[in-house]
Amino acid sequence: MTSGGEKMFEAQIKVTLKKTVADPQGLTVKHALDSLNFSGLEDIRMGKFITLQLKAKDEAEAKEQVESMCQKLLANPIIEDYSFEVKKI
Amino acid sequence: MKFGVVVFPGSNCDHDCFHVIDKVLKQPVEYLWHKNTNLNNVDCIIIPGGFSYGDYLRCGAIAKFSPIMDSIIKFANEGGLVIGICNGFQVLLESGLLPGAMMRNTSLHFICKFVELKVEDTDSPFTSQYKKGQIVRIPVAHNEGNYYIDDKGLAELKKNKQIVFRYVKNPNGATDDIAGIVNEKRNVLGMMPHPERCSEDELTSSDGRPIFESIVKWLKENGKS
Repeated sequence: MTSGGEKMFEAQIKVTLKKTVADPQGLTVKHALDSLNFSGLEDIRMGKFITLQLKAKDEAEAKEQVESMCQKLLANPIIEDYSFEVKKI
Repeated sequence: MKFGVVVFPGSNCDHDCFHVIDKVLKQPVEYLWHKNTNLNNVDCIIIPGGFSYGDYLRCGAIAKFSPIMDSIIKFANEGGLVIGICNGFQVLLESGLLPGAMMRNTSLHFICKFVELKVEDTDSPFTSQYKKGQIVRIPVAHNEGNYYIDDKGLAELKKNKQIVFRYVKNPNGATDDIAGIVNEKRNVLGMMPHPERCSEDELTSSDGRPIFESIVKWLKENGKS
């Protein structure tokens, strides 16, 4: 519990390229794994993983803030999708 | 007439742009620091290449929240001329002044070389001094120059003749070989190649100079002598 009745939360955010967008980095890593004879490998998508701590009144407010961060800055909606989990710490 | 060259932390083509306007075009020019909100009555804004904010998160993503960007967006919406080169193009995309997004080059390599471009449209304040269909030699230097736009957006660009430069040989995987586009109102240009690096005869190509000459001509014709 922090001051003013606010609690600490941790958010784990994944940002990935949309399925419709080509991922040259993923393709290159796939080729490298292919050359290491991982023959069952079907597909790879690369992305970003962001973890952050924030204070909020409750989980709903924490989620609202993280959603806003994703929309405004952390992801580019033209080429990227995002998802996140928020938990109390 | 007066030009302004925006300086973000990490801009590194700002001096080249300043030099071309000052010494080659012989027009007034000043730097605009990213923390300022006053555009000092400039008539054309150049957002130069470089690595604004270290290219962290996504190229141009942090720069769009600089204090000066609000003023630039307002300036552009009121019809002011804005040209974004390389990282400047990325900033314009992230800011929503131009449609689409920039992805990593398909080769995953930083590409730094002269490329040939086809001038697709001369009906803009930036390209009037070229001939339609002209092939020009202008260098690129980027890691994220793979322009992406969805099919619907591409159809819009084509319909409105917003694609002004295409690569003759696509170096980076860009959608429809796109190297430079204007907005629908044609007062904002974004391009990956660097015209400021080839605007003097000493530099093996001066094919970039007509862009700046086009701007000067347009400003003169629009009462900014």
